[in-house]
Amino acid sequence: MLGVSPGGAAGHIQKGVEELMSVPAIVAEGLVKQFGKVRALDDLDLEVQEGSVLGVLGPNGAGKTTAIRILATLLEPDAGRATVGGYDVLRQPGEVRRLIGLTGQYAAVDELLSGHENLYMLGRLLGLPPKEARARADALLQSFELTDAAHKTVKAYSGGMRRRLDLASSLVGRPPFLFLDEPTTGLDPRSRRQLWNMITGLVREGTTVLLTTQYLDEADYLADRIAVIDHGRVIAAGTADELKAKVGGQVVEARVATQELAAVAAIFAEIAENEATIDRDAQIVSVPVGDPAMLRTASRRLDEAGITATELALRRPSLDEVFFGLTGRPVEDPSLDDLESERSGT
Amino acid sequence: MSVAVTSGRIGPLEATRHALVIMRRNLLHIRTDPEQLVGMTIQPLMFLVLFVYIFGGAIAGSARQYLQFALPGILVQGIAFTGFQTALGINVDFQRGLIDRFRSLPISRSAVVGGRILADAVRVVWGVLIIVGFGMLLGFRFHGGFPGAIGGMALATLFGVTVCWPLAFVGVAAKSPEAVNTWGFMIILPLTFASSVFAPPSSMPGWLQSFVKVNPITKVVDATRGLMLGGPVARPLWQSLVWMAAIVAVFAPLTIWRYRRRA
Repeated sequence: MLGVSPGGAAGHIQKGVEELMSVPAIVAEGLVKQFGKVRALDDLDLEVQEGSVLGVLGPNGAGKTTAIRILATLLEPDAGRATVGGYDVLRQPGEVRRLIGLTGQYAAVDELLSGHENLYMLGRLLGLPPKEARARADALLQSFELTDAAHKTVKAYSGGMRRRLDLASSLVGRPPFLFLDEPTTGLDPRSRRQLWNMITGLVREGTTVLLTTQYLDEADYLADRIAVIDHGRVIAAGTADELKAKVGGQVVEARVATQELAAVAAIFAEIAENEATIDRDAQIVSVPVGDPAMLRTASRRLDEAGITATELALRRPSLDEVFFGLTGRPVEDPSLDDLESERSGT
Repeated sequence: MSVAVTSGRIGPLEATRHALVIMRRNLLHIRTDPEQLVGMTIQPLMFLVLFVYIFGGAIAGSARQYLQFALPGILVQGIAFTGFQTALGINVDFQRGLIDRFRSLPISRSAVVGGRILADAVRVVWGVLIIVGFGMLLGFRFHGGFPGAIGGMALATLFGVTVCWPLAFVGVAAKSPEAVNTWGFMIILPLTFASSVFAPPSSMPGWLQSFVKVNPITKVVDATRGLMLGGPVARPLWQSLVWMAAIVAVFAPLTIWRYRRRA
């Protein structure tokens, strides 16, 4: 036996391992990218810890796609640096490509091949022997519920099926890092939920994910941490809870009968001295409040007015409200030139 | 990881294997989209029939005589149009985001364009066989012996593959399939018509002759004609080969460079 004193060699190794573990798996520092007159990225910093999901949240044109393309070695930044799994995307792009899977905004699958042929081709390109490539394709088709359509031409696939095949395509080489650029944009709610479950499954197996989205519920559901970006830079970062806390305040919300929505909105506006929002479809009136005691006030005033609320609650703001609080504009309302800049960025 | 290669560099053997996988992919497209095959077959035949029977009598006195003169030229011209498929195919792959997927893979940077052109080489061979076969049905006869016949067809094939490179560049550089059409026609039409394809250069005005005489298509057509009909071959043949080597030497690196850099 070698006599190892406590805190000796073994301790050093332990410390080394810890240091290694604490190096973020994906790092972007000071990324700048200019397209003509548009500054798509303006000193962007991002960090993703190994085995976690970072949600990059922002409207169209915020620079999300540009950031992903730089990290996936498809685009060179004008300034700044980025590493994936410790490899520099500019100096070691070959090594980075061995570690990543990319699923873009538009399902990048070969329409004129079948689902199986798509996956088989990628397996062969990644160096799998024919038999293994075939087995890998079969396995992926099964886990993405595409077995029935395996030998159909992709042209005949639905939008949801294409996205699933696209995600499967990025997984052929079992990449430890996955870039998902708006993976559910344009999908119906059921397909979205299905894709979310599949992504959650991958994360459970240890995949590190960087995900861009303009859906706040998506970031809330999938991401461990969220970076809100606007005009090419991070304007806020943290867990969903931290972001909600950062914007501050809480919201009083009541669900009432349709004909009483306006009356309740008036009462809420008066007590909170704030503008109340009416959601007619959900029959909900909400208002931001500074003081949690407002819930009791609201309850009393509704009683006095003879209005029965089926629900009355105090809740923290949604991410929609967070984004509005951070940028002063709603996430669904990108201005026209923002749209243009995202296009020139893709 | 199940990825076989571990170093950052990709050797020529791996690159070739990647290109063959891409070639297979592009050939599989013909099965799903048989219209491609129809285009590859009908278009050159249309040229052959239209030119021989519309202009033949006027240019050469009879359609039959003109067919003898024109077939090698129309063969080279028809084959030059194969490059359009190359350009359009690559451009559509960019539009659909497929090139992004390929470029994010640890595969050779030249494999996607190279594999595409390998598949197009198969189309070129098909086109050569169709045009020559149909020409013979209409009455075309070889007069350069068996080696001449094979040599002429081989030269046309080689030229067809050569033309794929500048058109691949158009496909990579153009913003949209519409732009590919515009640029493609601007390159291919003047080159094929201002040549010895349809009429002897001696019948053209001096200023045009000087262009026609250096036009690589003229050289290839003259060499193919010499091989197929029996005639002077050596000079146009080496000139053709030099031209083709130069075209590939310029456009292959240019295309790969643009493929890597395109945002």
